[in-house]
Amino acid sequence: MKFPVALAMAAVGASFAHAQEPSAVLVNYADIALAGYEDSLETARSLQSAVSALIDKPSEETLAAARQAWLAARVPYQQTEAFRFGNPIVDEWEGRVNAWPLDEGLIDYVDAGYGTESDINAFYAINVIANDKLSVGGETIDTSRITPELLRSLHEVGGIEANVATGYHAIEFLLWGQDLNGTNPGAGDRPYTDFDPASCTGGHCDRRAQYLTAATDLLISDLEEMVSNWSGGGAARNALTQSDPNAGLTSMLTGLGSLSYGELAGERMKLGLLLNDPEEEHDCFSDNTHNSHFYDVQGIRNVYFGKYDRIDGRTIEGPSLAALVRDKDPVLADEMEAKLDATYEAAKALKSRAETIEAYDQMIGEGNAEGNAAVQAVIDGLVDQTRSLERVIAALGVSGVSIEGSDSLDNPDAVFQ
Amino acid sequence: MRSRLWVFLLAGAALTTFAVQADVPRPRDDLNARDRARVEKVTRETTDFSKAESFEKMQAGAATTTKHINPDIFSHPSANLKFEDQQRFLLGNGLFRKDWVTAPSSTEASDGLGPLFNARACQSCHIKDGRGHAPSGPEEQTVSFLVRLSVPPTEEEQKKISAGHVSAIGDPVYGGQLQDFAAAGLPAEGRVRVAYEDVPISLSGGETVHLRKPVLAIDKLGYGSLRPDAMFSARVAPPMIGLGLIEAIDEGDILAREDPDDADGDGVSGRARWVRDENGEWKLGRFGWKGNAATIMQQSADAFSNDMGLSTPLAPDHWGECTQAQSACRTMPHGAQPHLGGQEVPGDLLDLVAFYSRNLAVPARREVDHPAVLAGKRAFYEAGCAGCHTPKYVTRRDVAVLSLAFQLIWPYSDLLLHDLGEGLADNRPEGTATGREWRTPPLWGIGLTKTVSGEATYLHDGRARTLLEAILWHGGEAEAARNKVVEMEKAERENLIRFLESL
Repeated sequence: MKFPVALAMAAVGASFAHAQEPSAVLVNYADIALAGYEDSLETARSLQSAVSALIDKPSEETLAAARQAWLAARVPYQQTEAFRFGNPIVDEWEGRVNAWPLDEGLIDYVDAGYGTESDINAFYAINVIANDKLSVGGETIDTSRITPELLRSLHEVGGIEANVATGYHAIEFLLWGQDLNGTNPGAGDRPYTDFDPASCTGGHCDRRAQYLTAATDLLISDLEEMVSNWSGGGAARNALTQSDPNAGLTSMLTGLGSLSYGELAGERMKLGLLLNDPEEEHDCFSDNTHNSHFYDVQGIRNVYFGKYDRIDGRTIEGPSLAALVRDKDPVLADEMEAKLDATYEAAKALKSRAETIEAYDQMIGEGNAEGNAAVQAVIDGLVDQTRSLERVIAALGVSGVSIEGSDSLDNPDAVFQ
Repeated sequence: MRSRLWVFLLAGAALTTFAVQADVPRPRDDLNARDRARVEKVTRETTDFSKAESFEKMQAGAATTTKHINPDIFSHPSANLKFEDQQRFLLGNGLFRKDWVTAPSSTEASDGLGPLFNARACQSCHIKDGRGHAPSGPEEQTVSFLVRLSVPPTEEEQKKISAGHVSAIGDPVYGGQLQDFAAAGLPAEGRVRVAYEDVPISLSGGETVHLRKPVLAIDKLGYGSLRPDAMFSARVAPPMIGLGLIEAIDEGDILAREDPDDADGDGVSGRARWVRDENGEWKLGRFGWKGNAATIMQQSADAFSNDMGLSTPLAPDHWGECTQAQSACRTMPHGAQPHLGGQEVPGDLLDLVAFYSRNLAVPARREVDHPAVLAGKRAFYEAGCAGCHTPKYVTRRDVAVLSLAFQLIWPYSDLLLHDLGEGLADNRPEGTATGREWRTPPLWGIGLTKTVSGEATYLHDGRARTLLEAILWHGGEAEAARNKVVEMEKAERENLIRFLESL
């Protein structure tokens, strides 16, 4: 019963001069999601070309170009993380593409300090690249050809989440190798000859090339799937635009709050500070964590302001949450925007520190007061902005949309209160 | 089992009659009279199987997760967590998946594993926050599966057990648990091998089910022989969902179902397991296969210590489960740093893991009103399964974690100890639990076990490969219910399983 009422309210809203319609805000949100995944796909295709060039002609230059292409591909992708947590279709898919952290010994050779066996993860150091068949728990897996299908089947094999066989971070490991510098300067330093069958280092260079190709191909098909989900008639777009607009706004705001507070401020940043552990670094092989955090912050702004700068220089801009809040409560709108700006400045400072002074994994090192503080400032901004987001949710009156009227017996999602 | 009687509903003569019984349940002091009446009404067992009950689909109340069903379905937070608590949950998740390393290492806050251990990370055994599994045979390495050890106590030792200071007397050398891994330079304690004997069971309709009875052996002993009278008991890791809600159930609601002497003569008794909590107070043991922990905090600290050899403020020995006889083990380097709190896992980190463990969400039920599921639900009640697998409770209003307060929940457990007969007996007493008793495990989420981990198996030692096998192992107090399942027509039995799969 809620749906027509909400639509009627939206129609009333439209009769006011500058008022924003929630349904139009949702369409713009879906358009930005589509553009973000399209840009991710396009940069992943550039990565694919660079990977082909590396494999055709391994050299310092082609390896460097492939690494650059990977870094460029992360820029639009990280901005799409703001579409997680509110959209079940994205959440279900995300693990294939951006799973982290990973036990890299599943994929390739690792330093002796990594160890050869885990208590339980039978795949911990199984090294798919070096073995054309794997024998685990009495079962044999044929790995003679490394294909996208094989990698898909090895992803989270044995129910161990750290068995990440696919996605950005698997590719990152293949391009950079392990970062053995701890909280000291330096990223992973894999030589280009690891991909050169003629003067092969690290062994099995042809199979390493196969793995990298298969993982990149798989990334592209996964991104194609998500582009199609957000295109006209796509499942993710329909889920938002064909139901109660208030539920759609809740999805948007839930995504922003969950990414800000729990995922980014919490699991990706605060845990690293708590443990001072360089393994707790999102892009740990490439030392690109500062960018991955920065573009998450950018992605949150994109959703709030309804504006996205595409990789080709075009800008998508339309009806936004920001305008919706401003219609409702200009003081709260000022507060929310000031908080988002503060976080953005802190994230910029962190990015600039990483580019000029020390890498992110050094910043989280024990006893590095200044580095720790740079990370903490972003955490504080994210936490603080989420408190304002909660006020926004209250002001828009969209909290608990999905369980409203829960005493109704004909609502199967009802809960006792 | 005895039906619950609520003093506040009984007036006049009835009140006098029941008030003289010492163990008449006290009315809940967290609720006002109106809420007490509502709670009584909503938790009353249904007699109508023609349709789903109100609120039945959301089996963990507002904490229920409605996310897509896939292998991650046991890993989501309570759906009603605030953003701030989502962060605590995710920090706890980071620690739960963390691979700890042996000391010394370059990352001082992440070391201290062992010296003896079964696992490097919590999630090694709680695979995707779900159930572990038993090895399929003697050649398979045991994973997410461990063996507890103890010896028969002397009279003096029995006094310590009765006083709640220890739950069992460990082997003098190997202690209370066999750790099959050790830090470099130290032998592991041994390796567990499991072989199976075939136990065929005939069901009505001509069907035969082959159960497998495990036979444990321990080889590659690292520290000489075990005491000849040592008792073993194997355990698989239980699923992690809904634990905070179990903790939030009113103690009186559980005790009301106790009937240690089977006064009502229904063949089902039910005893509370009493244990000392982290403050040394006697508390109802709700967690673990024999109810050996009263709180999630205690259970987490025990797991850090016994399974991973990590010290916490509640279990402060850095050497974990090394006994005095394993002297080299006790002098190995440890990972505690005074400036980080003096334990390998300081209190703030333990708190985060406990918070995480309290808030792993129970998934919403599927097909809650499908005719076959409803018929299976009827079969479940009529066979007497609900006698111990108590369907529902309303949690206390005054619990510290707000997301867990005053929720109507459907765990299907009375959380009491029951004698389940010789077939399931481990013949290894633990605290006040005998070698034939087990705590009724909650059933919620059980239908998604194989979705989360295809290898997962059921019952304390993972011997049951299917839900039907698990039912058929029930004996003792559950024998009558089990026999009804054996005698059921095949179609009804299939409905019963379908109901369990919808949980």
